[in-house]
Amino acid sequence: MMSGFSALFYKEVLRFWKVSFQTIAAPVLTAFLYLLIFSHVLEAHVEVYRGVSYTAFLVPGLAMMSVLQNAFANSSSSLIQSKITGNIIFVLLPPISYREFFAAYVLAAAVRGVVVGAAVMLMTAFLVKVPVAAPGWVLVFALLGGAVLGTLGVIAGIWADKFDQLAAFQNFIIVPLTFLSGVFYSIHSLPAFWQKVSHWNPIFYMIDGFRHGFFGVSDVPPLTSLAVSLICFIALASLTLSLLKRGYKLRT
Amino acid sequence: MTPALSIRNLSKRYRGVQALDGVSLDVAQGEFFGLLGPNGAGKTTLINSLAGLARPDGGSVTVMGHDVITDYRAARACLGVVPQELVFDPFFTVRETLRLQSGYFGVRGNDDWIDEILHELDLTAKADANMRTLSGGMKRRVLVAQALVHRPPVIVLDEPTAGVDVELRQGLWKFVQKLNRAGHTVLLTTHYLEEAEALCERIAMLKSGKVVSLDTTANLLSRLHRHTLSVRLPAGVVLPQILQARTSDAGPVFSFTLDRLEEVGEMLSVLRDAGIRVEDMEITKPDLEAVFLDVMRAA
Repeated sequence: MMSGFSALFYKEVLRFWKVSFQTIAAPVLTAFLYLLIFSHVLEAHVEVYRGVSYTAFLVPGLAMMSVLQNAFANSSSSLIQSKITGNIIFVLLPPISYREFFAAYVLAAAVRGVVVGAAVMLMTAFLVKVPVAAPGWVLVFALLGGAVLGTLGVIAGIWADKFDQLAAFQNFIIVPLTFLSGVFYSIHSLPAFWQKVSHWNPIFYMIDGFRHGFFGVSDVPPLTSLAVSLICFIALASLTLSLLKRGYKLRT
Repeated sequence: MTPALSIRNLSKRYRGVQALDGVSLDVAQGEFFGLLGPNGAGKTTLINSLAGLARPDGGSVTVMGHDVITDYRAARACLGVVPQELVFDPFFTVRETLRLQSGYFGVRGNDDWIDEILHELDLTAKADANMRTLSGGMKRRVLVAQALVHRPPVIVLDEPTAGVDVELRQGLWKFVQKLNRAGHTVLLTTHYLEEAEALCERIAMLKSGKVVSLDTTANLLSRLHRHTLSVRLPAGVVLPQILQARTSDAGPVFSFTLDRLEEVGEMLSVLRDAGIRVEDMEITKPDLEAVFLDVMRAA
């Protein structure tokens, strides 16, 4: 028997798949353009890790940034659209538990993130060869990062009453955190103060751990990154589950 | 037999407004029950409490014996709700919408029943059309189909015919009556009182969050004995004084509210004795609208 969870998960995947030009192709193109421009400008001037070209260094960062941003976009946009159009009622009336609700939205968000990230890796493979030193870490950080940002997307989607509020959440929190997380540089290249600040950015650990899976080297040990990412996920998941259990902004 | 719906002392307050104030009522299995009341009376809050969309401040609600809070899975599985607002998911076709809704209720391989609902609601030709492309009336029918997709024993229709054309309204009622005959309990809210009068066996009237009347439709109608007698008299006729006191009309049509039907004969005698010829006359039965207004005024 199909459970409420599997139907809701399927619906969330089908929703982004039906508009894949917007939800997959567009972010892949954006990442590809970043790669073309930054690698053109910096390839000859920057070597972050010994023996790794800047373009190769950049690819996993861009892929992970795409994973994170698209995971957030998936759950947050789905929820706010459903709330504003009123069709959220279709998933509130059935016997779907708040845990199933959470799991379906977060897993679908992570799937979209991973699909976009994989597509970025595939597209950029034509430009530069990137080694894969530890595929396990790649998969773990992609899924975990997608889950963390998917969870954050659920919080934002539930909290926001207007698209404007959601855009503010995305533009003033998610984008700065992802851009300032070492996608384009190693934090060792930063002044000491900014290195310390970067260590307070949880997204830095997700990108660093993900990149470790490719090059076998990273700014911090992957286990540290895994621990920080897991703590983030558990904290955000606990908050989201408590909001869903109370029916915050969903049930009056 | 366990009531289809059992509501006990239900109360709900929204931002200082008492939306529900100690509502208690039972709806028997198989009943066609009407819930009437002016805007803001608490009808939708009551339905939202049944459906788990609103959390009551006090009291309890059960659907087929299942508490909507503590046993919400079983309660919601027994309930199909047609919401008041015309909502839809623009990403999906009609069939996808219904398959997904089936899945949310844990029902798989439901295509035969989905086809049957589509046929009954005259949506077969639109099964693969995107929801965005449907007319308002068709979207309303899909909402009904979504509520029925898991074959719930209790169907709640929250003003399902608001803004719907006559043909669709009649088709919808035919289908809902068929479901009711097949044993489904129906709870209906509507502003079309003639619909409630024609369809509902019992009716509860709400005002300011309280049940101000709860009775069978027949009893409600018989409670208001007052028929109305309307007579058309020749222009310029002056009514006998005894009749003038009972109407504020200036003529040539005069209406009189009757406490007893026998008064018709008495009034016609008064007119005949005064030599006044009656050109036309009509006796109007009390309808639910009159009862509704009477109850609301008294509450």
